[in-house]
Amino acid sequence: MSTGVFSPGRAKLSQKTLRKDKWWLQPLVTVAVLLSFIVYTTFRVFENAYYYAAPLISPFYSPCLSKSCVEGSSLLGAPIGIVRILGMTLPPAIWILVFPLGFRMTCYYYRKAYYRSFWMSPPACAVAEPHAKYSGETKPPLIVSNGHRWFFFAGLIFNLILTADAILSFRNEKLQWGHVSVGTFVLVANATALWLYSFSCHTCRHTIGGRLKHFSKHPVRYKAWTAVSRLNTKHQNFAWISLIIVALTDFYVLLVASHTIHNYYLF
Amino acid sequence: MSNPVNMERFKYDVVIIGAGGAGLRAAVEAREAGLRTAIICKSLFGKAHTVMAEGGMAASMGNVNSNDNWQVHFRDTMRGGKFLNHYRMAELHAKEAPDRVWELEMWGALFDRTKEGKISQRNFGGHEYPRLAHVGDRTGLEMIRTMQQRIVALQQKDEKEFGDAQRYLKVFAEITITDILKDNGKVSGVYGYRRETGEEVVFEAPAVVLATGGIGKTFKVTSNSWEGTGDGHALALRAGSKLKDMEFVQFHPTGMVWPPSVRGLLVTESVRGDGGVLTNSEGKRFMFDYIPEVFKEKYADNEAEADRWYTDQTNNRRPPELLPRDEVARAINSEVKAGRGSEHGGVYLDVSKRLPADVIRKKLPSMYHQFKELANVDITQTPMEVGPTCHYVMGGISVDPDTAAAEGVPGLFAAGEVAAGMHGSNRLGGNSLSDLLVFGRRAGMGAAAYVKANGENPVSKDSIDKAAARIAAPFKAGEGPAQNPYLLHAELQQVTNDLVGIIRTEKELAAAKEKIKDFQEKLKDVQVTGERFFNPAFHIALDLENMLLVAGCIAGAGLIREESRGGHTRDDYPKMDPNWRLVNLHCSLTDSGEIKVEKVKLPDMPNELLNLFEKDELSKYMTEPELVNMKGGSH
Amino acid sequence: MARKINLKIWRGTSKDGGLQDVTVDANEGEVVLDVIHRVQATQMNDLAVRWNCKAGKCGSCSMEINGKPRLACMTQMANFAEDETITITPLRAFPVIKDLVTDVSYNYEKALKVPAFQPPADMKPGEPRMQQVDVERSQEFRKCIECFLCQNVCHVIRDHEENKEAYSGPRFLMRMAELDMHPLDTVKNRKEMAQDEHGLGFCNITKCCTEVCPEHIHITDNALIPLKERVVDVKFDPLVRLSSKLRK
Ligand SMILES: Cc1cc2nc3c(=O)[nH]c(=O)nc-3n(C[C@H](O)[C@H](O)[C@H](O)COP(=O)(O)OP(=O)(O)OC[C@H]3O[C@@H](n4cnc5c(N)ncnc54)[C@H](O)[C@@H]3O)c2cc1C
Ligand code: SF4
Ligand code: SF4
Ligand code: FES
Ligand code: FES
Repeated sequence: MSTGVFSPGRAKLSQKTLRKDKWWLQPLVTVAVLLSFIVYTTFRVFENAYYYAAPLISPFYSPCLSKSCVEGSSLLGAPIGIVRILGMTLPPAIWILVFPLGFRMTCYYYRKAYYRSFWMSPPACAVAEPHAKYSGETKPPLIVSNGHRWFFFAGLIFNLILTADAILSFRNEKLQWGHVSVGTFVLVANATALWLYSFSCHTCRHTIGGRLKHFSKHPVRYKAWTAVSRLNTKHQNFAWISLIIVALTDFYVLLVASHTIHNYYLF
Repeated sequence: MSNPVNMERFKYDVVIIGAGGAGLRAAVEAREAGLRTAIICKSLFGKAHTVMAEGGMAASMGNVNSNDNWQVHFRDTMRGGKFLNHYRMAELHAKEAPDRVWELEMWGALFDRTKEGKISQRNFGGHEYPRLAHVGDRTGLEMIRTMQQRIVALQQKDEKEFGDAQRYLKVFAEITITDILKDNGKVSGVYGYRRETGEEVVFEAPAVVLATGGIGKTFKVTSNSWEGTGDGHALALRAGSKLKDMEFVQFHPTGMVWPPSVRGLLVTESVRGDGGVLTNSEGKRFMFDYIPEVFKEKYADNEAEADRWYTDQTNNRRPPELLPRDEVARAINSEVKAGRGSEHGGVYLDVSKRLPADVIRKKLPSMYHQFKELANVDITQTPMEVGPTCHYVMGGISVDPDTAAAEGVPGLFAAGEVAAGMHGSNRLGGNSLSDLLVFGRRAGMGAAAYVKANGENPVSKDSIDKAAARIAAPFKAGEGPAQNPYLLHAELQQVTNDLVGIIRTEKELAAAKEKIKDFQEKLKDVQVTGERFFNPAFHIALDLENMLLVAGCIAGAGLIREESRGGHTRDDYPKMDPNWRLVNLHCSLTDSGEIKVEKVKLPDMPNELLNLFEKDELSKYMTEPELVNMKGGSH
Repeated sequence: MARKINLKIWRGTSKDGGLQDVTVDANEGEVVLDVIHRVQATQMNDLAVRWNCKAGKCGSCSMEINGKPRLACMTQMANFAEDETITITPLRAFPVIKDLVTDVSYNYEKALKVPAFQPPADMKPGEPRMQQVDVERSQEFRKCIECFLCQNVCHVIRDHEENKEAYSGPRFLMRMAELDMHPLDTVKNRKEMAQDEHGLGFCNITKCCTEVCPEHIHITDNALIPLKERVVDVKFDPLVRLSSKLRK
């Protein structure tokens, strides 16, 4: 190999990196967590069951828009018919997950995470990457990431829906208002984490004020920008927290819907 | 003599040695006047010592206090220099500094702002009003980057116009100039070597601007970078020009003292400006014991008043911690000598008990970092240990104030720290950065006018051969035992430190002079191993020669000046003497290479400037006959 | 108290070279640059190393210490275990000149390609009024000491020599962002230039530049990503383009 750090003219060294710390740990953990999430989600999407236990709905299935949705789970009606491919019914979660998935795939933080850990460009700082050529986000397909803002706005709609789901969870199994269960906490936590994730987003920061040249002429937007900037420094944390909470929320609904546990009511 | 090493040759209208604030400003001016201009520096472009300046750049823009104007700034500068300044330089500086700051802004500098959106200005020792334009505590960086980017802007313009960015303005980085070449009694070019390859270079040019900065590396404890080896001072001496005021060396009162590796590193004056106090090992705020007679009315004599000053500056006098640098440095020195120093031989500078931790981190970010990362000290919790450090040389090349032309060598110009006169016997904080731009610009103008009037002056082969021989010397074995240049440098630093440091005596200065002569002998036997190719031992061997000349001038002039004034303190002559104010000491080289120091009369200040002062004040500095002769009198 | 330290220092030139073992004293409170200087003074007189300020202010002493890009003058010896062998090499993204000194001219060439600041044509010196909040973003980027550690660690050029032509690296993309955010700059098409001429698209925001920056500038979060968003505004977002057309 005679490119990169091994190019002619550069200091002659045979090692790809001289780092002695455990630089491989971080990408390894990232791969492990993301893979587990993907496996779990895929399993749940195709399981196509146990996603609704009144008044709780799994975030993977909300809003349930397909005619195949279980009764009571379709908050916004069922405009989508039953779609079959190769004789298999496409699970309704597919229609939903496209958006959050796109949102996260194009998220600046997740891009960093998967470019490093899955694609290894670079696996860690000052560790040579294994590819002979690199064009980054200059061309398709990766140039698509520039569309992050569309997913961001779509994400906001989902946040609204999941917030509505959280509000609807202040009901009992008979859908009477004024009750709080463990599930309520779970759904509220889920919605909160998603809002934090969205508000701390780089696109959000740009839209709300970052694109301005003169903050002083827009004092309100400057304040908003300052607040979002503060959240933005923790975007990575919110990215992981919201991811894990979404999965846990679904898991909680699964447990309740499958009657494994009982959704305990405080009042 | 034949020359085995490759030699490159360039031809320019003007060559500027130094890429600090002064050099770059001169280059901009020369290029804009239509000259083909070369900038030469020892390190990479943008790394010059100016980058280290922290506090700010003084200019009486009056943005914070509208009472400020050039006259007030002029008065402060003269007082700071104990009236030994060249009045004309102080005047030009005070008048032109605001334009130079505003110009930087038009070139992209982003200073901190006032509420109305103007450039903010901060208080500093010796300045009557808030006067220092600044960017946090990294003002020098802002200046160098802005100037660097201005050079790039001019190059981009040339690229558009002529298809070649570097046709009229080019930076030659990592070249050390070792000689100024003269033919027909005038400058004809410069000679040096590329640090990277050891190859030699000659630049043919009728005008040369020296902007090589300071001499700090001559001393052991210094805030300066390695570049401060006094090259420009030595180049000028060898070319036949004169150095004046070399006895005046500014010791900044607060440098780090521990760990040894960072000894001398600057602790900015802003620490005291923002409330930091100096205490000794007994926990006493000792500065109250060191307020000199001339400053009694202006400084608080008790802690309560001093503390009130930070919030109410109109009704209280300043804390004595903010006395001029020379006073504070001497006070610290005395405390340590009296056995009341800190663990590692300094005193304590404490903000931890004075300001909340988050305020300290916000106001003094780089100090917080510096101590945290280099000394493992958290300044929000523990006091810092500080002591005096060699910071700035007031002395330098004797120049014409308006054109920056160096005395005695047609075609040679000088600006910045390497030039003398502007600061007299002591420089005020913030007056250097503005000095660089004011006189850098004037040097560029001066050189342009000179070149237009005088035309070319070709370099002769003879001049080149002589310069080449000097560079080759360190690789040749001398007669005595071979000397290691690193160790010789360390020895020299010890001598300057012990014998021509902050407090001097006749005996010590005389001893220093002898030692320096010794070193000059030893220098002939310095032997460098390895090749020329990026060889630091070779570099330092050549720098050493310069430092020895500088040290020689400091010791020589220090021995003659029998008084204490500004940056020159004689234990055996502790008082300031008005008769000595009339005299500058000029240092030159005789034909045989000996250092010669002579007295020269200081130019008289014209009445319109004298009248800016109260007669009472002048009487503290001037002799009886001078006061009587003052025409018109002052009011 | 002095202790003995084992070092491996890369020595050589662009043609050949390798790690050499040395043992040297280190005293309390020293930084890597002190130790290198001691090696220079006592054992390898002609060891080439760049440095200036020894205070983390000039950005000259950039090198790689145990494989990590760092300033030698700001790396304390106390960071390393007593018996650890410390490996010191020159920057690995640039051609080496000698020992620890590399040829960083790439950076100066790129600097020359960033169009200079241009204030309004009719503005006179002394006239500018800018609010602190409007200058703060660019001020952060102007803390840059041009150590080029970010340029060195950026995999786009570190691992792909051929990208040097098309890519200006984090330092100079940040400079583009700085000027685009400067309240008085009038150059209109900086965003397009950042994408088309300086290769912003190559950056995959993996943040190594931010990790190594000794000035702790948030290069990726505050300069590169905002610049990418600004590029989306002018190149990939029809809505923003439409609305700015309507406003005209
Ligand atoms: C820590 C610190 C803080 C300071 N803070 C302030 C402050 O807040 N305000 C203020 O006003 N002043 C301050 N000063 C003082 C001020 O920074 C300097 O006096 C000033 O920067 C000197 O600038 P200059 O242009 O004369 O030269 P320098 O910036 O020193 O540049 C010298 C140039 O000459 C080149 N050179 C030298 N010798 C040769 C040679 N032989 N051949 C080729 N090139 C050569 C060098 O490479 C360099 O480019 C501070 C100084 C220090 C050390
Ligand atoms: S974030 Fe972009 S510029 Fe910074 S190192 Fe990574 S790829 Fe390079
Ligand atoms: S941005 Fe940071 S890492 Fe990059 S050159 Fe500037 S100071 Fe160095
Ligand atoms: S969601 Fe991560 S950057 Fe937008
Ligand atoms: S020597 Fe200046 S940054 Fe290290």
